[in-house]
Amino acid sequence: MSTVKIPPVLRQSVGGEREVDVSGATVEEVLANLCDAHPAVGAQILTADGSLHAFVNVYVNGEDARLLQWTDTPVGETDTLVILPAMAGGAQ
Amino acid sequence: MSPSYQDLLAAAREVIPEVEPSDIAPRVEAGEGPLIIDVRETAEWDQGHLPGAVHIPRGFLESRVSGATSGTEQELLISCASGQRSLLAAKTLADMGYTNVTSLAGGFARWKQNNHPVEMPRILSAAQRSRYSRHVLIPEVGEEGQLTLLDSKALLIGAGGLGSPAAYYLAAAGVGTIGLVDDDVVDESNLQRQIIHTTDRVGVNKGESAKEAIRALNPEVQVNVHPFRVNRDNVLDLLGEYDVVVDGADNFPTRYLLADASLMTRTPLVHASILRFEGHASVFTPYDGPCYRCLFPEPPPPDLAPSCGEAGVLGVLCGVMGNVQATEAIKVLLGIGDTLAGRLLIYDALGMTFTELTVRRDPDCPSCGPNADLQLRDYEAWCAGVGRHDQVGATA
Repeated sequence: MSTVKIPPVLRQSVGGEREVDVSGATVEEVLANLCDAHPAVGAQILTADGSLHAFVNVYVNGEDARLLQWTDTPVGETDTLVILPAMAGGAQ
Repeated sequence: MSPSYQDLLAAAREVIPEVEPSDIAPRVEAGEGPLIIDVRETAEWDQGHLPGAVHIPRGFLESRVSGATSGTEQELLISCASGQRSLLAAKTLADMGYTNVTSLAGGFARWKQNNHPVEMPRILSAAQRSRYSRHVLIPEVGEEGQLTLLDSKALLIGAGGLGSPAAYYLAAAGVGTIGLVDDDVVDESNLQRQIIHTTDRVGVNKGESAKEAIRALNPEVQVNVHPFRVNRDNVLDLLGEYDVVVDGADNFPTRYLLADASLMTRTPLVHASILRFEGHASVFTPYDGPCYRCLFPEPPPPDLAPSCGEAGVLGVLCGVMGNVQATEAIKVLLGIGDTLAGRLLIYDALGMTFTELTVRRDPDCPSCGPNADLQLRDYEAWCAGVGRHDQVGATA
């Protein structure tokens, strides 16, 4: 199973874990399985028609999935996915 | 019998060619000469030197020469006051494997007598030399680099969690001018992390408070307090005055505004953001590397983008990330090392891990792509979702 790193804003939705192991052979399958197991994640990163919101970046082994094959990007057993929304915090 | 000084000079002359000033001057004046290493003492160097020469006092020659040269085959001309120390220094370099070393006959004295051009070094004062001695010792910084920092201007957006350590260290480093943009005042709840402020300055504008701390640390630094929010009307003038901008903002409209404006003014942008135990950092080099919108085409909706005021932040995390920014700003100003341009550094304080993601320029980037229609917009409305979705399609 691949490892999915969960950003701070989504951790409550996965029971506080910083990373979870998820099966799936493509980015799309991994995210679908993640959202099945943790529906609260899906509510935040997927649009009404089930596609990924544009503000969600997904990295596969450190590379931007958008510049690979986006949600069709193959995911191997030992691969690491990072879900990465922008963070704003700095001053206050 | 042990060799005398004259014997040593004679031995050096056998292997080191001596070059007359008049023979090499045309090449030096055309900027096509060898690398000139001046081995005199600092007080002598300060009185003037050959144009383009680098200064390595004789006593440091062996330890510093490799940092100054591109390799043992580089053509070197060694100079001193009269041509004797340089001869011995050149012999030492030949012994170290340098194959193309000459010595300036008659040294700087003869060069000057022949009326060849002389460069007066811009130098640190004795007090500066003492204050910044640990920088001057680093080959990548040195006196030249320190002078560059003293001439540099850094603009910090926010004198809060990230801006506090960044401003403090940039001031300590001798960055000559530091601009602080913040319309907020110091609150007691800031002091858990915003270390440039103090309990007795609660209620004072953050820029003014930081200025006071910087004055106590390094009075030489010019601090410009900009006690307002950066916006569409002031951002270009503001950025235009500075060499680098350090983004420690606390909201997306400001971050996207800075991203676009820094492209327009071609100002390098040193980014960091923080939440709870996690920090992001990168450097956006306009049109040379990816920009903020290549990385994050759109901001998340407010419920997925809580501020530190809403979600909290580990105070010391600000120190780590603010100092990553200060480090990157100094590297940008000095043009040294590999910055985070093209990389996003993610620091997870709970796991104590540093992870890197590769950030590439997006050929369709609506801000820096070849077909971008870059103009400053109403970022408040745009970040709230107004007029956003027709700009960037969700390509999933």
